[in-house]
Amino acid sequence: MSPRPGFVLEVDRSTPATLMWHGEGYRLERLPTGARVVYPPEPLEPLADPRGAIRHVLENPVDSAPLSALLRPGMRLTIAFDDVSLPLPPMRRPDIRQQIIEAVLDAAAAAGVDDVVLVAALALHRRMTEPELRHALGNRVYDSFAPHGLLTQHDAEDPDNLIHLGVTDAGEDVELNKRAATSDLLVYVNINLVAMDGGHKSVATGLASYRSLRHHHNVRTMLHSRSFMDQHRSELHSSNWRMGRLIAESGVKVFQIETTVNTDTFPEQFSFLSKREWEWSARDRVGFLATSSALARTPDRVRRQIFHSMRSPIGLTSVQAGEVEAVHALTTENVYRQQLVEVDGQSDVLTMGLPYICPYNVNSIMNPILVMCLGLGYFFNLYRGRPLVRQGGVLIMSHPTPWAFDPVFHPSYIDFFEQVLAETTDPLEIEAKYEQSFATDPWYIHLYRTGHAYHGVHPFYMWYWGAHALDHLGRVIVVGGDPAAVRRLGFKSASSMADALEMAEDVVGRDPSITHLHAPPLLMADVR
Amino acid sequence: MRRIRIGERTLDLDRLRPRPASFPWGSPTHPGGVDVPEEERRTGVDYDTAWSRRYPTRVARAFFLEGVTRPLVHAVIPPNVVGLDLLDGLEPPVIFAANHASHLDTPLVLSTLPRRFRHRAVVAAAADYFFDTRWKGAVWSFALAAIPMERTRVSRRSADLAAELIGDGWSLVIYPEGGRTPDGWAQPFHGGAAYLSVRTGAPLVPVHIAGTRRALGRGARRLRPGPTRVTFGRPLTAGPGEDARRLAGRLEAEVAALADEGRTDWWQARQRAAAGHTPPLAGPDAAPWRRTWALGPATDTERRRWPELGRADAERSRRRRD
Repeated sequence: MSPRPGFVLEVDRSTPATLMWHGEGYRLERLPTGARVVYPPEPLEPLADPRGAIRHVLENPVDSAPLSALLRPGMRLTIAFDDVSLPLPPMRRPDIRQQIIEAVLDAAAAAGVDDVVLVAALALHRRMTEPELRHALGNRVYDSFAPHGLLTQHDAEDPDNLIHLGVTDAGEDVELNKRAATSDLLVYVNINLVAMDGGHKSVATGLASYRSLRHHHNVRTMLHSRSFMDQHRSELHSSNWRMGRLIAESGVKVFQIETTVNTDTFPEQFSFLSKREWEWSARDRVGFLATSSALARTPDRVRRQIFHSMRSPIGLTSVQAGEVEAVHALTTENVYRQQLVEVDGQSDVLTMGLPYICPYNVNSIMNPILVMCLGLGYFFNLYRGRPLVRQGGVLIMSHPTPWAFDPVFHPSYIDFFEQVLAETTDPLEIEAKYEQSFATDPWYIHLYRTGHAYHGVHPFYMWYWGAHALDHLGRVIVVGGDPAAVRRLGFKSASSMADALEMAEDVVGRDPSITHLHAPPLLMADVR
Repeated sequence: MRRIRIGERTLDLDRLRPRPASFPWGSPTHPGGVDVPEEERRTGVDYDTAWSRRYPTRVARAFFLEGVTRPLVHAVIPPNVVGLDLLDGLEPPVIFAANHASHLDTPLVLSTLPRRFRHRAVVAAAADYFFDTRWKGAVWSFALAAIPMERTRVSRRSADLAAELIGDGWSLVIYPEGGRTPDGWAQPFHGGAAYLSVRTGAPLVPVHIAGTRRALGRGARRLRPGPTRVTFGRPLTAGPGEDARRLAGRLEAEVAALADEGRTDWWQARQRAAAGHTPPLAGPDAAPWRRTWALGPATDTERRRWPELGRADAERSRRRRD
């Protein structure tokens, strides 16, 4: 049976309670009669022979010569790949990156290419740990390159390994990883989880410096990206495209390999998380009751370890290679094919349950800033056309929002939360008053370059990610969150969904229209 | 509302009745306007019986058949087995096709099959009756090695399963009528048994069962112990160019001849068969009361009797019994 498309359910009296993520756990919440629930499409069938499909596209790329024709002895080849932030949750072995990079290396070996370097396209993300690199690339690749120093991680603060390629028509600096930009061929290996990923953003963001990134990772760009998941209305996209074209004009030859995955997000024992509630079997219900009650009795640290050890069974639904823009057009179609759900009109209130993971807390704590980024940044922006909630409406998020931070991965987040958010939550004011000092702080730069810390400026970007939502919404309410942490974020705290809906009425009036985003698995609302 | 009085107090029994658990403890309800997907069927013809043919189950069933089923059959409906010599030299797989009058037919046939067939035989059982729930499917799969079969047609799934099992060396017991006789006379034979024989090349052995309808006929409320008779016929195979429909016709004729043999004797039955005068299994083509009448009174034998019309008949009958 072919997978069923996503759809919008109108809640009636016989609708069972709705599953909502709540950090490292989940709840069943009753939504009022008349509320809408946007359900994601079912996972598309994965490619039967992913390795065969990869080999095929390398030799049959779009708008490009075959990879084998681009490889020659004596050339400099750099293979860049997406970092630990993709896919989510981390996928089961073998990772897509491993499969592609092995195929590229096979071709390079056959062509007699000796000078090959692998670069993790971190941008300002934390450096990946050895187990994470081994998981993404496989032991064969890791053991072949890492011991010789040929498996590198992009360092956006290394002046010796950055090259300024020029300035775009809009005055944007383009500064890239020197090894990648000066190679005879740069092969970029991408995983497209959402419509924002990929395209010129891969190289122009993933291999760029702070000097370059600040041109599109800022409040103005985010306010003009409606949404940043919709390429045609995204200033983030436009800026990256300008940079990407300048990169191409500068003579950097990019062979882009993009992949899309299905939404088969959770392993078999958690399959109820992907099902529609009225289709839960007895086994699903037992699974829900057993895991939710066990998790409620589990210490935070253990619960986090359980969830972060989860490996997703996601499958490859498409792979395309060749010229960046031509490839990305195909990729976007495939992302939409999996994720798009038509929704008729906006509502007064948007509710969502936030899971335990976002791109920036893999194997780590989802701190309050990341909660804001996931809810107001990613989930709010999962739309095309118009937001799911009207201007001045209310967003209700369910998440424990603990006042907890990972000091190794997120050191600057702690200071951002304690110092900056204590003063103001206004993105423009934050950007103007505080960004520079955090971005240039030598201690944060040291931790970013030598440890596993996100760059000092990264929490600012997380806050900017939600700037459009903050500008659009009348109120944000967090259900079940730490009241102090929620207050620091500038949001309201509610102890239950019913309370939150009552509080929302203060803003949007009585009997509001309600839409619930039933994600993950991921979906993108096409709001008409 | 049901209430009982205990002294001065009244107890509302309805309030004591457990209420259905709400989701997620109980099953979810379905929102309106949503297509409810058909659950993957695991009953009826979709019931998976593979487990019942695995070695441990077969061993357990062999113990059950030898230790429980056969002793009970011989104690309650002792069979007179005729024609086993016709199966000499015949090796599995074989398709045994019998008339069907009672739930006792299957244990009876399984109990009377030669050992080389008995423990490696599956029984085609009505998917809608024996496999309509999973627990029933489990019981019959274990006790009788039953496999689900569509009764009214040769469905691809059930036919494929039966053919696959025959291909694996399993013999098949099948009732071509598709169900127990409603009135004592046989129903027209469906073509399934003959089709499987043509498809797999397995010999088709006609079997006639008598006496089980009296012991536990359709709709009977209690078991009436008594003797039975199982008559095996000569194995049939499809001739050159013979299709399943013609083979099914031959099968029905052979079973009718076996029935005739049971009522009379082998020689008379063969003579009538040669002359084409074998009484049809389906009984006379007449009004229902005459068909019932033609069966004769339910007595200890299945001998066909015409109604006793007067004292002379009664006296003659009494003398014969003496």
